[in-house]
Amino acid sequence: MIKFLKIIFLLIFLTTNAVAGSDGNLELSNKSKSTKDCFEPLNRATFALNQGLDKAILKPVAKGYRSLPAPIKKGTGNVLNNLSTLITIPNNVLQGDIKLAAINTGRLVVNTTLGILGIFDPASEMGFPKYVKEDYGQTLGAWGVGPGCYLVLPVLGPSTIRDTAGMFVNVMGGDPYYNISVNGNNEYLDGELFAITKMLEGVNFRANNIESLDNLEKNSVDFYASVKSLYTQDRENKIKNIQRGNIEVIYKEDEGWEEIDTK
Amino acid sequence: MRRIFIFTLFFIISLSNLNLAYSISPDVFIQSTVNRASQVLSKNISKDEKINQLKIIAKETVDIKGVGFYSLGSARKNLNDEQKNTYSNLFENYFLKSFSSRLAEYTNPEIEVKSKEILNDKYTIVRSVLIATTNRPEINIDWRVYTKNPDNPLIRDLIIEGLSLARTQKEEFASILNSNDGNIIALFKTLKEFSTK
Repeated sequence: MIKFLKIIFLLIFLTTNAVAGSDGNLELSNKSKSTKDCFEPLNRATFALNQGLDKAILKPVAKGYRSLPAPIKKGTGNVLNNLSTLITIPNNVLQGDIKLAAINTGRLVVNTTLGILGIFDPASEMGFPKYVKEDYGQTLGAWGVGPGCYLVLPVLGPSTIRDTAGMFVNVMGGDPYYNISVNGNNEYLDGELFAITKMLEGVNFRANNIESLDNLEKNSVDFYASVKSLYTQDRENKIKNIQRGNIEVIYKEDEGWEEIDTK
Repeated sequence: MRRIFIFTLFFIISLSNLNLAYSISPDVFIQSTVNRASQVLSKNISKDEKINQLKIIAKETVDIKGVGFYSLGSARKNLNDEQKNTYSNLFENYFLKSFSSRLAEYTNPEIEVKSKEILNDKYTIVRSVLIATTNRPEINIDWRVYTKNPDNPLIRDLIIEGLSLARTQKEEFASILNSNDGNIIALFKTLKEFSTK
């Protein structure tokens, strides 16, 4: 309980003060605006570094991972999803979605027990609604914190000031899996296992997007800008939870089209 | 007089029927367009031939000029007529190459139109899904259809799982312009290089 209160305090602190290092445009607004690229030269350099790492390590590993039998990949994806509910549930609560928090808690219990530590997903077969991940960056966004400047993090890839601050909440007590494995005193989980889990998340994501990212790179005139645009759009959608039926928001906010009339 | 009245009435009814006959619903338009593209992609022909046939479909169904000016953002206001023409030509070549080679990677995609939402008299969003295969899950694809002329609807944007291709394009061009102090010639050069590579 004390930890939960600490997280809430930390998030409120971030809501009002995470603007350090921002461009001064982190006003409380839900209206989508282009995310400023305050550190573009540094970001482009980091992006180039990440691309090098991707070509040398991540992509070959992802290709190898993809050649594994389908049940192994499915099971791995299920375990990673199940672990992510540990972060999703507190964020459902923080966003005021108590009903969804209860549903996700049920999903976690069912999949961890009947699904053997999350390898299987009996909750979906039992009719639980489609699982949607939430994180602390999304919660800050839902509370009205703007993205701040765009950031490319070494190895981790695209982010923003707000989303990076959200990631810090994970390691400051917001991720129960991190708390138990890294800070906990038990013989089954440790920091190494936590790191392997995070690497698997990256490999799993890359394996699911090999063709689409290759295609994007091949057909972009500025690959860096394309990735930035797709990342920021994806985060905006997740913060607005458009997967849950509010899709019209994205169309009605777009004023750029109104000015185009070639006929 | 009565004969003239009947003739006029017949003429008006004929005209309105004619109008109805040629007007096409955006969802029907999208389904027929994706069916055409799907037929091309499933043909046993070379990739280059597929690309050429996809370009023909794109020219007929996409408002390339509109997408081009949208992609340019506020920079379009600073162009003179000659620059606008140059840009439109360069953008069309760039778009057709980029669009058709992206699409040519797919073999026999099955797209099913689900519903439509009329935003206003100019735009309708048509919602569809790319049916799942053993290699990939189901993908939601929405189409922004320009319906100002209902007899000739045109595609202006594709929104794949909530990600707008036109917005991505716009932000990509903005980045190129920003890196070159807003110099449109730099964007022209980039588009020309892409189309000729």
